[in-house]
Amino acid sequence: MNSSNNYRDIVQETVTKKYKKRLFVNKLVTIFTVVCVIAAIVPLCSILLEVVKNGISAISFDFLTQPQGSIGSGSGGVAPAIQGTIIVVGLASLIAAPIGVLTGIYLSEFAKEGTFPYLVRFFNDVLTGLPSIVIGIVGYVLIVLTLGSFSVLAGALSLSIIMMPIVVRVTEETLKIVPHSLREAGYSLGLSKAKVTLRIVVPAAKNGILTGIVIAISRIAGETAPLIMTILGTSLFFTGITGPVDALPLRIWRLASQPYESAHAFGWGSALVLILMILALSLGLRYLVLKRSPYKGIA
Amino acid sequence: MAIEESLERKEALVESVKYKVSIENVDGWYGTKRAIKDINLKVREKTVTAFIGPSGCGKTTLIRCLNRMHEMTPGARVDGRIIVDGINIYDKSIDAVIIRRRIGMVFQKPNPFPTMSIFENVAAGLRLNGINNKTIIREIVEESLKNAALWDEVKNELHIPGMSLSGGQQQRLCIARALAMQPEVLLMDEPTSSLDPIGASKIEELVRTLKDSVTIIIVTHNMQQAARVSDFTAFMYLGDMIEYGATNQIFMKPEKELTERYVSGKFV
Amino acid sequence: MVRNKRHDKLFTGLVFGTAAYTLLMVGLVAFSVTKGSLDIFTEEGIQFITGSDWNAVEGRESFGAYPYIIGTLLSSAIALAIGVPISLAIAVFISEIAPPRIGTPLSFITELLAAVPSIIYGLWALFVFRFWVRDLIEKPLYDAFHGYLPFFAKTPFGLDIFTAGIVLAIMIIPIISSICREVMRVVPDSQREAAYSLGATRWETVRMAVFPYVKSGLVGASMLGLGRAIGETILVTMIIGNVVGPSAIPTSFFSQGQTLSSLVANEFNEASSELHLSALIALGAILFILTMGINIVARLLVKKKMKVSSGAKAQ
Repeated sequence: MNSSNNYRDIVQETVTKKYKKRLFVNKLVTIFTVVCVIAAIVPLCSILLEVVKNGISAISFDFLTQPQGSIGSGSGGVAPAIQGTIIVVGLASLIAAPIGVLTGIYLSEFAKEGTFPYLVRFFNDVLTGLPSIVIGIVGYVLIVLTLGSFSVLAGALSLSIIMMPIVVRVTEETLKIVPHSLREAGYSLGLSKAKVTLRIVVPAAKNGILTGIVIAISRIAGETAPLIMTILGTSLFFTGITGPVDALPLRIWRLASQPYESAHAFGWGSALVLILMILALSLGLRYLVLKRSPYKGIA
Repeated sequence: MAIEESLERKEALVESVKYKVSIENVDGWYGTKRAIKDINLKVREKTVTAFIGPSGCGKTTLIRCLNRMHEMTPGARVDGRIIVDGINIYDKSIDAVIIRRRIGMVFQKPNPFPTMSIFENVAAGLRLNGINNKTIIREIVEESLKNAALWDEVKNELHIPGMSLSGGQQQRLCIARALAMQPEVLLMDEPTSSLDPIGASKIEELVRTLKDSVTIIIVTHNMQQAARVSDFTAFMYLGDMIEYGATNQIFMKPEKELTERYVSGKFV
Repeated sequence: MVRNKRHDKLFTGLVFGTAAYTLLMVGLVAFSVTKGSLDIFTEEGIQFITGSDWNAVEGRESFGAYPYIIGTLLSSAIALAIGVPISLAIAVFISEIAPPRIGTPLSFITELLAAVPSIIYGLWALFVFRFWVRDLIEKPLYDAFHGYLPFFAKTPFGLDIFTAGIVLAIMIIPIISSICREVMRVVPDSQREAAYSLGATRWETVRMAVFPYVKSGLVGASMLGLGRAIGETILVTMIIGNVVGPSAIPTSFFSQGQTLSSLVANEFNEASSELHLSALIALGAILFILTMGINIVARLLVKKKMKVSSGAKAQ
């Protein structure tokens, strides 16, 4: 007991001697984390501020409805780019959303374990991590070279490859948290697996899946790199699915590299339109779909 | 006559023993929910005090107020005073970091640090608090493991991960880790609830030996355990302290009807 | 019942088919990249990796990827060096320090940052941020050190590898910090309480109970960020300065540079010959292999952590 009291004194002495410094270090680290948080928020604020400030003056009726005027003149608009973005992203979503959701269903409902689902998950992860410019090469080699022309189709294929793995993952994760009792209830009514999945499980997870799809669409709507090698970026309106087309991100890039103030202004305007489109998409989802959905409990 | 005299003398002695922990008008809050209400309690030095009561009665909240662990839960706060050795641990000028050196804690589930060896687990608190002398660390680790009745089982494998021990051994490792800080008060929050009966009985045995050197406050939902290990028992119900007294009295001759119903198992 | 069974079979076949589509897509990417880069690799062989010439003039064609591999690695290294500590600090603040009423909106804001398209980061970096970097960071560093430290030599313009690294850092911070947060969430509170009960300060608790518990997950998160930084194209293209040939080998942080992806973006639409195109696609092939390796390792690290931790939780 004697030795223990001895230790107690040693410990107490050290604690008293050093705790002020430890508290100081703690304070220092806390301040550092706060500074880092601010450092991350400043760019966001600056980006939003600049896009709105510079973008708003560029936007006009012509800007939204006319093709570009002669280079450097500052006349016309970016309507073909808006149209192209809607077409290419829309087409990509039509390919990727159903395939992604079905793959997610497969992973969550039909094959949780085993080599094949493991491979699917693994390659899904691989796809998620690939740089978008690499995925652009697929559209170029497989479609542009075959058709002999830059095309909507090539762009949509590339974007769909970027979008699909995101949808797969969100669908799988969301379906996983649907309670098992719901499925059992379905089976107890004598429903087939297909019906239980499509009529009970998927509707219960609808909100989560839709949110995932919207996130994925927002992601591809801002992609630039794969479009360089697939849709080219003309300044003309849509001519057909096998022809080249423009897109907002691509247009922003081209405008930003021109040496004219008016082009830069158009770039900011396009950026604002792009952000508003993405924002409208997620707000639209929130207010039109999620509010009316009878399933609010899950995800 | 002789017996009476010695009894009297003993009582006088008991009176003179100072209170180690005084809980004065303590309220514990989770947001707007008042989990414990106006608790008053004095704990004698080098005794074992048990908090008992049905789940949700606030016994865990109360014990977590005693080393200022309660306030780590988001939205939680404490009103009132808790005095340990004459110092109000809720005094604004006192940092919880210092308080917790003097008041060790053992939790419901053993929680050794998974990436550390047995030795490092016990030494963790010392290193953290700035003790660098390797000889002293080694001595304290050995003594703590001995006091936690774990030394003989692990002395040849101090370098293996703490997680590789059995549940009961892990809990004793956690006790050793707390003892290494040379605490004056040891809080035990249902320390045997996740253990098998053998592991649990070893911990109970340990509690009885440890009270020679530290003041122990133990929360338990197991009335037999409280009866076996504690000198004093406090019965809590719905956040109120219903009755507090010597363990024998609480179990044999409770004053309140609620207590009587609880200890006799008539409680729903 | 018979109809039910047929439906089931049909549906099972359908979902299996779509799952197989994922494999097909990875196969197509590998095939396209290989097919597209075959020409240049048969022409130049290993020279393509080690060479530093970039000459597209017909008859004198010579292509080497070395400067761009270096440019990619250097800009990503700068991004990681800046981005990882800041991301970790943000994750620590949100999940360990801030009360939920501050933490929750903050994590929403970082998610928002992650949703900003990189082209918009690029636009902002080109017209706004690079001047901040040039005037507030590069010029002071240059004035203070250019005499002694070679990596701060070269007059800063703000369009260089250093700026690219910083903007990449800004871009990957939300990604890394949200994964770190996710990973740190699996640390059971009992671990934190163990540290607190020994008298640890908040920071000591993070250092002792949180970081060691999820170390591999944090490394994995950083590597996923690295994967993004290496693959990012358009943002880098807009601010790295875009030089080609031997002069693209950086001699200082303030050198104009070029990355694998930025060169592809810059020259793809102006490629003058089959061989030139093949060389560009081959840059993509290098990128493909580089990011795939990094991502596979990173995912394994993050997943392993999640698995171990959920196992420990169930105990």
